Amino acid sequence: MIKAILIFNNHGKPRLSKFYEHYTEDTEQQIIRETFHLVSKRDENVCNFLEGGMLIGGSDYKLIYRHYATLYFVFCVDSSESELGILDLIQVFVETLDKCFENVCELDLIFHVDKVHNILAEMVMGGMVLETNMNEIITQVDAQNKMEKSETFIFQSTRQDR
Amino acid sequence: MALKIVKGSIDRMFDKNLQDLVRGIRNHKDDEAKYISTCIDEIKQELKQDNIAVKANAVCKLTYLQMLGYDVSWAAFNIVEVMSSSKFTYKRIGYLAASQCFHESTDVIMLTTNQIRKDLSSPNQYDTGVALTGLSCFVTPDLARDLANDIMTLMSHTKPYIRKKAVLIMYKVFLKYPESLRPAFPRLKEKLEDPDPGVQSAAVNVICELARRNPKNYLSLAPLFFKLMTSSTNNWVLIKIIKLFGALTPLEPRLGKKLIEPLTNLIHSTSAMSLLYECVNTVIAVLISLSSGMPNHSASIQLCVQKLRILIEDSDQNLKYLGLLAMSKILKTHPKSVQSHKDLILQCLDDKDESIRLRALDLLYGMVSKKNLMEIVKKLMLHVDKAEGTTYRDELLTKIIDICSQSNYQYITNFEWYISILVELTRLEGTRHGHLIASQMLDVAIRVKAIRVFAVAQMATLLDNAHLLTGNMQRNGICEVLYAAAWICGEFSEHLENPMQTLEAMLRPKVATLPGHIQAVYVQNAAKLFATVLKSQEGNTDGTVTQDTSQLMIERLPVFVQSANLEVQERASCILQLVKYIQKLQQKDVEVAEEVSALFAGELNPVAPKAQKKVPVPEGLDLDTWINEPPSESESEDEQPKAIFTKEEPKHSRARHTEVDEKELARRREARKQEQANNPFYIKSSPSSQKVYQETPGVDHIPVIQIDLTVPLKVPGLPMSDQYVKLEEERRQKERAEKKKKDKKKRKEKRSGRGKKHDSGPESEEDITPAHMVDIVTEEMPENALPSDDDEKDPNDPHKALDIDLDNLEMSGHRPLADSEKIPVRSHRAAEAAKSPVEDRDADGIATQLPKKKHGKEKREEKKKKDKDRERKKSKDEKKKKKHKSEEKDGDLLGAEVDEPVVQSEEPSQASEPPTSNSAEVSDLDFWLSNAPVPSNIQEVPKVAAAEAASAAEVISGGAQDSEPDEPKDAEMEATKPSKHKKKKQKKEKEDKEKKKKKHHHYHHHSDGVGEESVQNGTVEEEEEPLPSMSNYCLLAENSYIKMVYDIQGNLQDGSQVVVSVIFENKCDSFLKSMEFNVLDSLNSKLQRPEGSGPHDSLAVPFQLPPGVSNEARYVFTVQSIVMPQKLKGTLTFIVKTEESSTHEKLDFKLHFTCTSYLITTPCYSDAFAKLLESADLKSSSVRLEGVNMPFHHLLARICFHHHFSVVERIDSCASMYSRSIQGHHVCLLVKTSGQTVSIDAKCDEPMLLGNVLDEIKQTFSQC
Repeated sequence: MIKAILIFNNHGKPRLSKFYEHYTEDTEQQIIRETFHLVSKRDENVCNFLEGGMLIGGSDYKLIYRHYATLYFVFCVDSSESELGILDLIQVFVETLDKCFENVCELDLIFHVDKVHNILAEMVMGGMVLETNMNEIITQVDAQNKMEKSETFIFQSTRQDR
Repeated sequence: MALKIVKGSIDRMFDKNLQDLVRGIRNHKDDEAKYISTCIDEIKQELKQDNIAVKANAVCKLTYLQMLGYDVSWAAFNIVEVMSSSKFTYKRIGYLAASQCFHESTDVIMLTTNQIRKDLSSPNQYDTGVALTGLSCFVTPDLARDLANDIMTLMSHTKPYIRKKAVLIMYKVFLKYPESLRPAFPRLKEKLEDPDPGVQSAAVNVICELARRNPKNYLSLAPLFFKLMTSSTNNWVLIKIIKLFGALTPLEPRLGKKLIEPLTNLIHSTSAMSLLYECVNTVIAVLISLSSGMPNHSASIQLCVQKLRILIEDSDQNLKYLGLLAMSKILKTHPKSVQSHKDLILQCLDDKDESIRLRALDLLYGMVSKKNLMEIVKKLMLHVDKAEGTTYRDELLTKIIDICSQSNYQYITNFEWYISILVELTRLEGTRHGHLIASQMLDVAIRVKAIRVFAVAQMATLLDNAHLLTGNMQRNGICEVLYAAAWICGEFSEHLENPMQTLEAMLRPKVATLPGHIQAVYVQNAAKLFATVLKSQEGNTDGTVTQDTSQLMIERLPVFVQSANLEVQERASCILQLVKYIQKLQQKDVEVAEEVSALFAGELNPVAPKAQKKVPVPEGLDLDTWINEPPSESESEDEQPKAIFTKEEPKHSRARHTEVDEKELARRREARKQEQANNPFYIKSSPSSQKVYQETPGVDHIPVIQIDLTVPLKVPGLPMSDQYVKLEEERRQKERAEKKKKDKKKRKEKRSGRGKKHDSGPESEEDITPAHMVDIVTEEMPENALPSDDDEKDPNDPHKALDIDLDNLEMSGHRPLADSEKIPVRSHRAAEAAKSPVEDRDADGIATQLPKKKHGKEKREEKKKKDKDRERKKSKDEKKKKKHKSEEKDGDLLGAEVDEPVVQSEEPSQASEPPTSNSAEVSDLDFWLSNAPVPSNIQEVPKVAAAEAASAAEVISGGAQDSEPDEPKDAEMEATKPSKHKKKKQKKEKEDKEKKKKKHHHYHHHSDGVGEESVQNGTVEEEEEPLPSMSNYCLLAENSYIKMVYDIQGNLQDGSQVVVSVIFENKCDSFLKSMEFNVLDSLNSKLQRPEGSGPHDSLAVPFQLPPGVSNEARYVFTVQSIVMPQKLKGTLTFIVKTEESSTHEKLDFKLHFTCTSYLITTPCYSDAFAKLLESADLKSSSVRLEGVNMPFHHLLARICFHHHFSVVERIDSCASMYSRSIQGHHVCLLVKTSGQTVSIDAKCDEPMLLGNVLDEIKQTFSQC
């Protein structure tokens, strides 16, 4: 199971937080801070796993992260997930973002966090991996975006009618 | 109105959207909080508007603010509003917001139930998808209960996109509503073989999660997973399955044996590191689960260790980390294979990556030996000095202590060195583990008598230099060390060089700044020291020293008397008065030393931490019974008046009374607990209050130590542990030299014994003698201590509730789904008719099988015979009434009625039973497992396992039987005891009757309940006459030695395969062995032979038959065309062995592949069925059967059973049936009956096949 997925930048500013277990807003922020603290002090060329912080998890949980340019992608998972598998999953996630946003950069995530959520929802559901095939993910995301567009189009046209 | 809308739209144009909000926040870096609070005010205004677009926009912004840490729960209701928008765009925003901030205690969640249900059944798959995704994040027990059935229906949705989401969310539903697991499990299992890889992966995912927590319930799925493992190419699925196997193998070692080969193959072949790693992990788990001693396993270990070494040596830090992680698992069981890679692991200790160092540390634990302990610890101490972060340093510290203290200090040869290490560790700043060091000091000083002199000296120095520690003592836990130091100095004060000095150190005013519990120890041990000083001065005529000591005590103790800590205060004032009194006596020149030291006489023995728990309860002592009857206010008072008023029916009142009593007792017990908790004078039992049990012989038990004085005992100041390393080296060299000499001598003398054995732990391979002949005093345990290690599970674990036995689900004879286990269905829903037969079976299982509940069983049995006839009539009447009613009513009930045939088709087949035993199914899991490289004896298989195996049986036959739950699994149990056959059969029939009886009972029970349900149950009505037993096994060949019966089943997975199960029964009194089975292949059908054997080779039957025993073997045939029946000639050769002779015998047979055998029972929805019939591709044909003299439901049951059909719908004397061939041909039947004539109209896309099937059906009925 995945317990949480966090994306924050090099300064610890959250860009996306998805908790699959309930925490209060304060705890969530604390977890993000703690995780950032743990992850940010690590060198570039060290392993991508670390034993979870105090707040999240326990001995069974691991933080698995990847650092891309200005962003950290952190997954907090328990022992039922394969470590290398999750690393691949992060890669798939980032590649998918790249495809959907066309050369994704931090700004995309800043302004379109809802879209990132929608993409993530096609990959991970309730803490379990739903789909790992990038093409399938993109197909579903695109189809939904298309639906959304058609709806706004109708809306706009009705507005023009008035 | 229009104006309002226009106004709304215009407003909206000026509203901030999410992007504006983000931009705004970025532009207000200095006063972000203020800006956001104005934004929130705006949002609140927006939420008040009617326009849903505005609301959605507001909610979208709130979702963002939630991420920044703002509580948005106040908008929960608005979120629900947005969720229920009909537009997908807004719905998605709403669900996202809900998934981010709803949780179990959000009260508006209960408003969402209907909305979610509506979305789940939306025709738009993305509405459903969004609802499922959202629900997965905030599902509550209530939602889970209310929606479980809807989600279960979605699991069979036509779109794989929905199916995979529905399957995945079921795990969350199970967690919140464990009752749903049993009813949903069969379908979940089905999804393991879904054609869509995504759905399959989701199902694997869910089952793996379930099995991880309660592996034993999923053992029976092993064959299925094994098949998936060998066939799947999806690495995600493979990894999950392999991980699952890792959890299963500890429960079934034979599974491990079977796994090793494919896993090693994968290890060799795969290029994916993730997969390789998981394979290695599971192989390790297998190796751990197998008892060692298998010669071929060392190769597997070597392979694993080799692969891991490659990982560790890799430049990728991730692989290195994982390699070390896996290595530590091997270490536990195969330390030797890991030890050879010590160099590599020590190298990792120097890695710049902390995670890797930590993992390497874990491994070190198993690497140490007497030889290298000092060296390794020295290295670690260096790391301690260098370490920058406190967490890593603390980790190092605990590891050092762990390594040294493991298995009773097995590897420590020099305890002085160890004490020095501990003392050195006290200099660590800011460590949290002062307590750990302290307990080690205490432990060593108490248990290693030889070291006490040294330890006391060290502790005295430590106390003396306490100020060095006290600088930052308050903040960190290191001052705990002083607790140990003070205690050791006090308790073993006889070893102190200069007790006066230590006493002085302990009474320094600064001590008062230490934590209370340490001060208390200081005070108490100051008294001990005082006693020692007095004793040492005994006989000394000059009384100044004692006078001074007393004076010192009297001067310093008042500080402690004023302490705020109760313990300190109490002890200090006691001791102060005592000393004052002693001083008075001293002034009178009275000898008091003896009396004072008597205060602290005696020795403390170490007691194992669990000793108290393990004191066995003496026989005959029941701790749960009352010693005195509890004060019974109600019992004595209530009984009297009750007896007066209820004299007329005393029996009744008594029965009720006991019931009340139990509740009452529980209540009272609770109340008493409460009272005790609130009563400050009540001494509560606390886990810490363990009594120290002193054995009677006590001190004598502790062996006396001899100290080897080759090592200088006095080291000035704080010792450096490094010195010991050197000294130790020298000592060992010296020893080695001596030993050589001795050996030479020995060789000369040849006869002299080996000398005394060293008794410190097991002899290490290096043969290093410890510097001290140390007897480590073992911790005391009470006599007869129970060796069990009872680790209690966390009672709050949600997975505990999911520990549900699922095997029995498939076994009709065992605990079936009970009424209470049914997933609640909304009663007003009219969709019943469209339900899939599978689902119906679930529900019907309840109706038909509920009676298996234990209680009341006997009662009913007694009643049964009397009431039977009466009840039959009664129920018939009632049924008639019911029918009238239901006809009057609406389609809803009709829908329920459609279910009838399903019940019936299942019922008779339950009653039926193959006349021959098919033992193979019993041991199917075993059979499957026995193919492992190391064959296990099938006959040895315990019968308990057989029960489990039965469910696996279905899996084996490729799920074909899956949809055929009617096969009486109970009967399989007989296989092992054919002699009891008849008896069982009778019993079975009896049971069957009983079942029906109970159904009647059930019916009556519900007859005045909801109409739908009672009709469903009422369907049982017509089945008063039990069906004659049926079997698909038919005779293959028979002679005086052996009888063979066979059955042919299609393989759902492979359209070109059928499985022939042959039961061999030994009819003679001789032993049958070397049986060989051979079939003459035709062009169309071929027996599958193992690779490498020729097309005419015979197959060995994998068992021998003792007299009277039968067993089953399975043979796979590949067929090309299935439209024609076919016969294959074959021969069985075998050796009949009697005591004197053995003869070669032969039996010819003909295998008849009917077209029916190519059909597979496949459930079909009525709507799908209708569509199928509409499509023009089907050719039709029909047949009439005359003179069929049996009830309609028997007829249907026969078709279902013998010809692998399932009932789609049944209305009165007309039923539609469906089946599918292994190559995917649809076969649809419409069966009508009038009088003794039965007409069957059939449609199929392959006319030839249809014709043959119909012929076969006709033949079936002509036979009876």
